[in-house]
Amino acid sequence: MTAGEPLVRWDWVAGHLDEIALRIGEHVELTAIAVGVGLLVAFALSLLVLRYGWLEQPTTFVAGTLYTIPSLALFALLVPYTGLTILTAEIGLVGYTLLILIRNIVGGIRSVPAEVREAALGMGYSRGRLLWEVELPLALPVIVAGIRIATITTIGLVTVTALIGQGGLGYLILIGIQRFFSTPLLVGAVLSVALAIAIDVALVLTQRAVTPWARAK
Amino acid sequence: MGAREVSVITSGLAWLADGAHWQGSDGIPLRVLEHLEITVLSVGIAAAVALPIGMYLGHTGRLGFVAVNVANLGRAFPSLSLLAFALPISFALGLGLGFWPTAMAMVPLALPPILTNAYVAIRQADRDTVEAARGMGMRELQVLRIVEIPAGLPIVLAGLRTATVNVIATATLGALVAGGGLGRYIVDGLALQDVERLVAGAVLVALLAMGTEAAFGLLERASRHTLAVGREP
Repeated sequence: MTAGEPLVRWDWVAGHLDEIALRIGEHVELTAIAVGVGLLVAFALSLLVLRYGWLEQPTTFVAGTLYTIPSLALFALLVPYTGLTILTAEIGLVGYTLLILIRNIVGGIRSVPAEVREAALGMGYSRGRLLWEVELPLALPVIVAGIRIATITTIGLVTVTALIGQGGLGYLILIGIQRFFSTPLLVGAVLSVALAIAIDVALVLTQRAVTPWARAK
Repeated sequence: MGAREVSVITSGLAWLADGAHWQGSDGIPLRVLEHLEITVLSVGIAAAVALPIGMYLGHTGRLGFVAVNVANLGRAFPSLSLLAFALPISFALGLGLGFWPTAMAMVPLALPPILTNAYVAIRQADRDTVEAARGMGMRELQVLRIVEIPAGLPIVLAGLRTATVNVIATATLGALVAGGGLGRYIVDGLALQDVERLVAGAVLVALLAMGTEAAFGLLERASRHTLAVGREP
């Protein structure tokens, strides 16, 4: 951005490979924790919603309202309570995954044909076995679709958590902005996009591997 | 809630209530106005590009795969990275910091949902009705204007809503590149460790986003209502 300076200074990149690897690691870690915890919370809430139908409206309302709050604003609102910590970042990140995940888990399980459910119950399946061996496997493609969207969204939001001191690839973008130095700026930006695409592809391949029956169609 | 929690919220609200924060070049009305300027300009440009393309693709039924998946592709571009890409471009064009790089980053953010929804909206118009309209001698543009657009209006509006709310939320990042808008309070609040300012900024952005969401909800409902009234049962 300074006149005469090339857009990307490869010598800077070569000299900072360790730092870049560290930032990628932080980014993946923040994302994995958020999606992992989000999945557990969303799964529990989804089971409750499926069991007690009246819970659906309030749950979707709360998750939907949370989703509307801008990420920077949510992180900022949490800072006075939990400080500039990883907890602040994760509370926000987990909160954003809930709407997408609950919608897909509940929708996926509801889309299991009633005949299939009846047949399993007729064969003497318990409710628990019905869930784990029939409903969840059949709902898996829809659930994985939700996990994909939640993961990609989270990777994007993690860049913002650099503002509350949590590192990740957003950190490279921030120092690029602060120092008027386009190299880390672009390295951070390109890598965060590449990371999102790479993880999405990995999730698609995993889904294909664990649902071989879906491929036959 | 403990005393500390209460004090954070009340001090944020006290900051908002302070008359001194409602005037001048860092005053709330001006910051809201700056925020809306960025939003209207970037959503406007995105709509001017995406609506005709989406509607054309929907009308002809071409490139449906692209139109539907462009939204997924857009999601892979984190908002902060869009800003990072926009900054060198803005400098190369001599537009500098602040407003322009922010607007430049917001346009690609707003494009995908508008394009995808415009495509879906036109595509899902009842094909028999479209054929009937053609049979009555309507030209293609008339079919689009009289049949397909009114039927798909709620979906088009839903796309605009997603785009606008996204932009309102994300335009806060513009403050990082010396832009105005409500992000100013959040970024300055973080930098100065001024919790009241931070909380006030966050509350204002959240309110603006949720208010816009609600306003579009009403608009969508109204567009459906018009359709229901216009149609004989």
